[in-house]
Amino acid sequence: MTLWLTLAVNSIAFGGLLFLLSAGFSLIFGLMRIPNLMHGSFFMLGAYFGVTLLAVGANFWVAAVASAIAMAIIGGGVERLLLRRLAGQELAQVLLTLGLSFIVSDLCLMIWTGDPWQPLAPTELRGIVRAGGMIFPLYRLAVVVIAVIVAVALWLMVDWTRLGAMIRAGVDDPPIARVVGIRVSQLFTLVFALGAALAAFAGVVGAPILSVYPGLDADMLPLALIVVILGGTGSLLGALVGSFLIGFLYNFGQARFPDLAYVILFLPMVLVLVLRPQGLFGKGGA
Amino acid sequence: MSGVSAPRVAFGVALFGLTTVPLWVGNSYYIDVASQILLFAVFALALNVLVGYGGLVSLGHAGLFAVSGYTAGLMLQAGFGHAAADVGAVLMTLLTAAVFAVLALRSTGIGFLMITLALGQILWGIAYRWADLTNGDNGVSISTRPAPFGISLAGASSFYYATLVVFLLALITMTAFARSPFGASLRGTRDQARRMTALGYNVWLIRFLAFLFSGFWCSIAGLLYIYNKQFISPQVSALQASAEVLLMVISGGTATLMGPIAGAAIVVVMKYVVSAYVVRWSLVLGVIFVAIISFMPEGLVPGSVRIWGFARRRWRARRKPAPGATP
Repeated sequence: MTLWLTLAVNSIAFGGLLFLLSAGFSLIFGLMRIPNLMHGSFFMLGAYFGVTLLAVGANFWVAAVASAIAMAIIGGGVERLLLRRLAGQELAQVLLTLGLSFIVSDLCLMIWTGDPWQPLAPTELRGIVRAGGMIFPLYRLAVVVIAVIVAVALWLMVDWTRLGAMIRAGVDDPPIARVVGIRVSQLFTLVFALGAALAAFAGVVGAPILSVYPGLDADMLPLALIVVILGGTGSLLGALVGSFLIGFLYNFGQARFPDLAYVILFLPMVLVLVLRPQGLFGKGGA
Repeated sequence: MSGVSAPRVAFGVALFGLTTVPLWVGNSYYIDVASQILLFAVFALALNVLVGYGGLVSLGHAGLFAVSGYTAGLMLQAGFGHAAADVGAVLMTLLTAAVFAVLALRSTGIGFLMITLALGQILWGIAYRWADLTNGDNGVSISTRPAPFGISLAGASSFYYATLVVFLLALITMTAFARSPFGASLRGTRDQARRMTALGYNVWLIRFLAFLFSGFWCSIAGLLYIYNKQFISPQVSALQASAEVLLMVISGGTATLMGPIAGAAIVVVMKYVVSAYVVRWSLVLGVIFVAIISFMPEGLVPGSVRIWGFARRRWRARRKPAPGATP
């Protein structure tokens, strides 16, 4: 019983991390129609930035935010300088991000070596919580809270602000959005930077749980991919539900069938593809 | 069509060059590299059926390649003969390709790419994590190469010739495919899927069969790979391996027969050269990808022709300035 509850808490925490990662991925995919194959690289690079800052003594949250800002600048730069030149050529854009992800992973291996880095959770969150005779690590609960705060903030932004309305218009119908005077190309840069920042933030927040190691990018990217295929592209609610679903499957799968955990993870994706190709919360067609 | 045309001469010279490789190369290590170029050329040709002629970009093909190699390797380890293992590997790969096709063809374009990527990752997950079956990261090794018709393929030269025969068979099949009505209809589904449907073609079925055709040659390439290395590991099925073969296809120029072959030669040689001097193959691969996509999106062969023509025109224009050069 205790094992299951602990697993459940871990699953929710992992789901929260996945949401931070895949919310940006989903928005980028929804708006720009390209699966950003370097999203895992943003996560890993952000995590490495974070652990480096922590190693020189920065505060945990300062490190997370600084890493997110740095990655926003890098992400925006990639969009402006490289992806922009290939506007309209989806395939070329995908392959470009794939090529960049190889470059990033090799550079990270060069700079941060092959040894894993696992920073400690911030001091104020290192304790445990006792509830009903059960013990929960405080940090994992905090990750869930952070994910919920980000989810609410994103939802408020997308549903209630002018910027959000512009993003929704861009996701639904880019040509018409352009016609009514929305500068979709600027939105691209903005959303790309935001997605990169969220991924980097997730990387730092996830570092005390997952640690940072070479290949982290390749581990996380497929997860973001499944979450978005499951939830439907461009849908934040879909990303949220998909993240927690995958969070549970991943943790329970690893506990019950460690050999097949990776395969189990993909089964719901296969089901969704067969039964509802646009994803659980995706809009029809596409 | 009769007579001696330039492409035919070039083809004859190339064939002569290919059949004599073991004679002028000598060193068995380099003969082995030549075998690998040919086997990856078969792999790239197989992927090109989908990417070039079908307009369906797959990032999961390394998975199919690996299914074939692993099936053969595991069957050989379990005590089956070479013939049984080879047939088993081809059938298993065709089955996997059929499952891939049914799922991935729910979508085209970017959706197809994402689904094949995810499916390829599943196969990687099996190869890497399901250690009871696949021996995990340690891979599967086999002790012998087959001896078709009593000819031993143990030596580098004899294996090279076997690979060359398979490669030529693949090339002939691909040429026939590209010229066949089936090839034409596949190109039709790439360019005008809706019109093809209106004309009464079953677009889905055409793509499905193309996927199986591609899967068949992937399995042949996978078999050549495991017999060449006598070893297979999860790396073969990783995303990077799929990306490498895709790079072979797009760097050479898609929807051509020579493009993927040239691409395979370029990528394999580069990989060997780069790995010999620096350890950063992944970095180099990424840089090549970005450079090709940014500057030569149509592929290295057509791209070089274009840039060469552009440079020559510029050079001529500078040599002969103004007087009467342009009307």
